[in-house]
This record gives sequence, structure tokens and C-alpha cells, in this order.
Amino acid sequence: MTTETKDHAELAEIFNKDEDRVDWHDETLWWIRAKRDKSVHQLPEWEALREAASGIKHNVLSNLNAYLQEFESAAKANGIIVHWAADAKEHNEIVHGLLAENKVTQMVKSKSMLTEECHLNDYLATHGIEVIDSDLGERIVQLAGEAPSHIVLPCIHKKKEEIGDLFHMYLGTPSNMSDPQFLTETARGSLRETFLTRKVALTGVNFAIAETGEFVVCTNEGNADMGAHLADVHIACMGIEKLIPKREHLGVFLRLLTRSATGQPITTYSSHFKKPRAGQQMHLVLVDNGRSIQLGREDFRNSLKCIRCGACMNTCPVYRRSGGHSYHTAVAGPIGSILAPNLDMRKYADLPFASTLCGSCSNVCPVKIDIHDQLYKWRQVLVKEGYAPTGKKIAMQVMAKTLASPTLYHAAGKMGRLTIKYAPFAVSNKLNPWYKQREMPSSPEQSFGEWYAKNRKK
Amino acid sequence: MSSREQILAAVKQNQPDLLPLPNVTPFQEITYEDALAQYEAVLTAIGGKMYRVNSMEEVKAIIKGSYNSLEKRVLSLVPELDDIATAAYEINPAAHHLADVELAIISAHFAVAENGSVWVTEELLGHRAVPFICQHLATVVSAKNIEPTMHRAYTRIGAAEYGWGAFIAGPSKTADIEQSLVLGAHGPRSMTVFVLND
Ligand code: SF4
Repeated sequence: MTTETKDHAELAEIFNKDEDRVDWHDETLWWIRAKRDKSVHQLPEWEALREAASGIKHNVLSNLNAYLQEFESAAKANGIIVHWAADAKEHNEIVHGLLAENKVTQMVKSKSMLTEECHLNDYLATHGIEVIDSDLGERIVQLAGEAPSHIVLPCIHKKKEEIGDLFHMYLGTPSNMSDPQFLTETARGSLRETFLTRKVALTGVNFAIAETGEFVVCTNEGNADMGAHLADVHIACMGIEKLIPKREHLGVFLRLLTRSATGQPITTYSSHFKKPRAGQQMHLVLVDNGRSIQLGREDFRNSLKCIRCGACMNTCPVYRRSGGHSYHTAVAGPIGSILAPNLDMRKYADLPFASTLCGSCSNVCPVKIDIHDQLYKWRQVLVKEGYAPTGKKIAMQVMAKTLASPTLYHAAGKMGRLTIKYAPFAVSNKLNPWYKQREMPSSPEQSFGEWYAKNRKK
Repeated sequence: MSSREQILAAVKQNQPDLLPLPNVTPFQEITYEDALAQYEAVLTAIGGKMYRVNSMEEVKAIIKGSYNSLEKRVLSLVPELDDIATAAYEINPAAHHLADVELAIISAHFAVAENGSVWVTEELLGHRAVPFICQHLATVVSAKNIEPTMHRAYTRIGAAEYGWGAFIAGPSKTADIEQSLVLGAHGPRSMTVFVLND
């Protein structure tokens, strides 16, 4: 991908060129955030649920070694074949091996951010295997040759006219047809054919239960089930952090997941796969790919509690106005910016800086991950290790000095205000990235410090 | 060292000291004054439809009003409703033979008031694909079997043995195109729940 050489700021700049689209993207995601709020406010026990979910995940991370083994033996007893993959490469090889064993060159896949993280589709393509993504949003970005820009809403960045053009080109719909109902119906027809003819289906996993060896997959479209129940071979792929101890804990997580994601009370389908159906093979691939390393980083370990609801993206002022692709990693947004540097500090050094640290993400996170604190901590690690983007490094040094000295802080604030008032062009120039596509606010006459000094005497 | 051993060793090395597992049983106390009214409100809001009925005869009459089993295939997994189905259902058919099912009628173990779902396991379905591949889905559930929340749902499921089970809440749907809600993504375009007073 060409995007790999560009950092978040540069990619956001590309997205920001189309101001109408940015506004639309921003408003759509905020509307979803508002739906989340409405749904959440109907549950008086919401905060207690978040606390419980957070506690359960802390317990899981502190006892993961035992839970993994408990899960493995229960799953095996259920007739599921369990595989272990240390990294993305091994994961891809295992999946390819299963396809080769079954002499299959086509596969249908439902949403799995893990397979995006591992770049499974690209890997399989180089081995002559065609993968069809069955989630409508993922199918759309797949036809467009793009990656999903959001973990729950893969094509949230696309306008219906663009989708209409793609369908016209690939699925034979009339040109200039962009009615969502019509386009969805077309995709339904085309994918039904796919479901009925594929022998192997791959799905992700939302939760896996150590106690029972079963795993749960949540979708609204029913695509994971259509794939898995019609195929002879079901392959499910999951990160090792997806475990929860007992079935009863699903009560907590399923109540939190979709309310946080879209404001729905639950997904249409919450499928519990415990045993393969008669004559079917069911494989489960447990993937580490850096997770055990993150587990050892005390400051960032909590990021492994994530249940991938997407709420932190919907609420993030930077994500909403820069778009998912500007993060150049499979999981975008605030949580992605914590997960990615764990895998490659150099490549993703820009991401923890793509935040205002406003803390909105931490406030909505259903498992209470201290997201904005971790972003701040990554900045410190990256600067210390010498990976910070240069511009940020100077700014950070100035900021550290300024914040450490009250005199400098007050002087800097005063200068900032005077500059905006008398020389707005000095702020609104190319050196100040905040000015891009923004009107600078008018500055207050007095800072809070000045106001307080004056009024205290009264 | 195999990847399995390698991963387990790394996890063991890096996991923090054991933290306690929270007690989630207090959540089981949460209830609704009128669980059925709550169920109906939520199911309707997510695109489903609910009927309160007093007998299977009523269910038959309602279904016959919308589906002609001579023209389109109606599949019944509820023995009392077999006579409105198209043909006797063969146990364990290849799922692909279900592709032309217009309406599937199934029974559910129980319904959940807080989210409009019903809990089904494969014994009720004959084939796991049934509630997905049909164009429309109808479910019969006893009025006695409405659980308030997911906490109580899992208390009820307990350690039950099943090969596959699911909560199904409303018709299949997507909003992937500009967030416009479309019912009938890959699965059923509608879901009707008959709550039977028995
Ligand atoms: S970090 Fe929290 S809010 Fe963000 S996706 Fe994960 S669980 Fe959801």
C-alpha cells in the first residue's frame, strides 16, 4: 500500500480536502454516538455493568495462561480442532493449509478484524485463493480495493453514489442507482449464491468461553451464520485476549457491546458455536501476534480488554474528522493507536499523537480502558525511544519545559492570546497544523490566571 | 518449542498477579414491571412484530392470512402447525435444499424482554441454517417464558448442553450504506414472534 509511507497528519490532510465529506463523516459518527447515549441512559445499571466488564477482563488477563488451556481442552472435547499461531504469518499459513487440505480455492469470510490485522486476504490471493467478504460494508470496501475504515462500520467513509458506481461496475446494477435498499438487495442476491457454493467459511470471534469451549459470533446481517452453516469447513480465528471465563459473563458483555457500538440493545444474531454440526469440520485458530508482549507492558496491558465496539472511534473528534484510513492500520481510532505501536513502534509512532487527549474515548469505553492516558504514555515512550515524529518532538520538548515552569506557562499563554488577536496570520499559517481547514477561535481578553489575579483582590 | 508452548510461556511470564473475578449475580435481580410489554416495545423498535395469541389455531389463521403454502414453501418445525406447512420436513436435509424456503416457523426456548430476542438451539431447528436461509421467520414462544434480561437468560441456560444456539433479535439488517437501515441483509426480511398464552 502506498499509504504506508505517509503519516496520520498527511493522510488526514488528503481526507480533509473534501470539506463536505468531512462534515458528513463527522456528523454521521456523532449521530451514532448520540444513539449510543440514548440507549445507555435507559439502563440505570450501566456504570455497574462497565465496572463488572472491566473487572472480568482484568481477571482474564491476570489468569490468561490457565484460561487458554481450560478453553483448549473444553473446545477439543466438543470436537473443535484448535490451532495456535504465534504471529500473523503463522495464522495465514494455518488458514491456507486448511484450504489446501480440503482442495479448495474459494472461501467466504465474515467480519474479522484479526484477519485484517494479519492481511489474510492478500496472503491468500498470492496463493491463488479467492476470498469473498460477506459483510455488506466489507464487501463494498473489498470491491473498491480498500481496507475497512472502521471496525464496526467498514465503509462509513463511502457515499452511496460511490457504492452505486462500484455495484454498477462489478454487480451489474444500472448506472446512477444509489438507493440503499436496491443496492443491499443486489448484494443479498449475489452473496446468497456465494454462500450456497462455498465449502469453507471463515468467521471472527467476539467472545470465547473458557469454561465451555464455545465461541460467540455477533452479526446483524446473519452473514457469519449463513457462511458457517452452509460450509463443510468452518474456520474461526481469534486473538488470545477474546476469552472470558464463564457463560454467565456473556450476560454482561452482550448487554454492553451493541449498546456501545450503535445503540442497539443486541445484535440480531448472537451465535454460540459449541460443536461442529454432523459431518462438518470446525477449526479454531488462537492468535498471539504481539498480544503476549502487550500483556507484559504494564502501561498498555489494559488495551487487551477491548471488545471492539468502536465507541471510542465514533466519539473521537480526531477520528471523525480525519477518517479511518488516516490511521494506516487495521484497527483505527483511539484504541488502534494504542495497539499498533506495540507491533511496530517506528511505523506507528505518529498514531498516539493523533489525539487531542480529550478523554471522550475513555468515558464511553464499555470495558473502561484508560485510552487517553495510554495514548499520552505512548507519546512518552516513543519520544524516549527516539521514534517520535520530528515536529512533535520539538513541540513536546517546548511543552514539557513550558508546563514545568509556571512563569513560562503564563508568558506562553499571554503570547498565544496576543498573537491570535494582533497577528492572526502568524497562527493561521502553514507552520501551525491546527489552522488547516479551521477558523481559529477569537481569543479571550484575559486568561483565567489574569482574571483570577484581578478579581481575587476585589 | 511449538507455538502453543511458546504462547503459553510468554503469557505466563507476562500476565500480572491474579485479580479477582467480580460477582455478577446481583445483576440477576433486574426486572421489568411488565416484561411482555417491554418485549413487545423492543421487538417492534428493532423491526420485528409480536402477536399475543391464545391458541395455535390463532397462529395458523394469522400465518395463512399472509402466506400461501401452495405457492411458496412454508416450513414448520412446530408439530402443531404442520398442517399449514408445504410438506413434511425431512430431518437433517442438506442445508442447500432450504434455499427456497419462504417462511420458516420455529419454536423458541424463551424470549428476552430487554432486547427483543429469542433463544434457540439446534434441536429446535433440524438444521442450523433454517433461521438464516428463510426469507421470513416466525417463532412461537410461551408467555411463561419471558426473561427480563440477559443475566437471567444465562441463569436459565445454565450449563445446558447444545451444539449450537443463538439469540435472534428481529429481522436480519444492515445500515452499511450511508447508515440507512435496510431490513433483510442476508437472512430473513421479517421476524414475527407469537407469544402464546398457555
Ligand atoms: S477501546 Fe473500548 S470503546 Fe474502543 S473499541 Fe475497544 S471496547 Fe470499544
